[in-house]
Amino acid sequence: MWSYEKRLQFPVNIKKPNANLAQVIISQFGGPDGELAASQRYLSQRYSMPYREVAGTLTDIGTEELAHMEMVSAIVYQLTKDLSMEEIEASGFDKYYVDHTTGLWPQAAGGVPFNACVFQSKGDAITDLFEDMAAEQKARTTYDNILRLVRDEPDVYEPIKFLRAREIVHFQRFGEANRGDCSKSNHTKYNH
Amino acid sequence: MNNRMNSEREQLFHDIGVIDFVIVEMTEYLDTHPTDKEAMDYLSHYVCMKNQAMREYATKFSPLRIADTDSSNHNEWKWATDPWPWEGEC
Repeated sequence: MWSYEKRLQFPVNIKKPNANLAQVIISQFGGPDGELAASQRYLSQRYSMPYREVAGTLTDIGTEELAHMEMVSAIVYQLTKDLSMEEIEASGFDKYYVDHTTGLWPQAAGGVPFNACVFQSKGDAITDLFEDMAAEQKARTTYDNILRLVRDEPDVYEPIKFLRAREIVHFQRFGEANRGDCSKSNHTKYNH
Repeated sequence: MNNRMNSEREQLFHDIGVIDFVIVEMTEYLDTHPTDKEAMDYLSHYVCMKNQAMREYATKFSPLRIADTDSSNHNEWKWATDPWPWEGEC
């Protein structure tokens, strides 16, 4: 089971609302390579993972992804707080606003709702770990794209840079899990 | 010996479940009754009991949360090598 710590993993204090940025960053909440998908990918895969150490990696990284989802949600919340009606209309945020006001709802930047098909839980250690390594790189690419779009906003840039760095660490850990446990098993013949 | 260890483990594990359920209930109650001082005292008592029980479990058996890994055997990372709760053994 889980318990909650009342703090963000990395601080988010955005002074200036910006609906354009909110509309692209929301993709890392509910988009194809976002943190909701990441957390549910790892926390769903861990049950059938045959190696306890790898189940531990999936549990602990999956838990960290919940904290990343909270950070991304906090960024979107602060970017859409105190917007004027003129800013909402001019930025194109009116399409989101009409259905959700400024509530958080998981969708991709293009408006596509969150879909569990963006992640897999295949019940095969090798398949799941390669999915996870690819997912971390896809999320890293998305954060790189966001960093180029927020280059003039340091309040947004710093937490996004932190999240990008965590993707690289997780890619490393999943790679280690893959080599460490799965290469010893009878999966070896599939693993080169 | 093994049986006694197992029954002590099962008893402590069961107690932690009971204590923690009180904490969950009191937390949710206090969220909607934030000025109930008696409830806060009651919660504090159980938070203290839980911390003691969790540390005892980590020292004698295996840590149930990362915060208690300091009272656990440092020769093995039991957090990851001991059974996970969904295995049906604990």
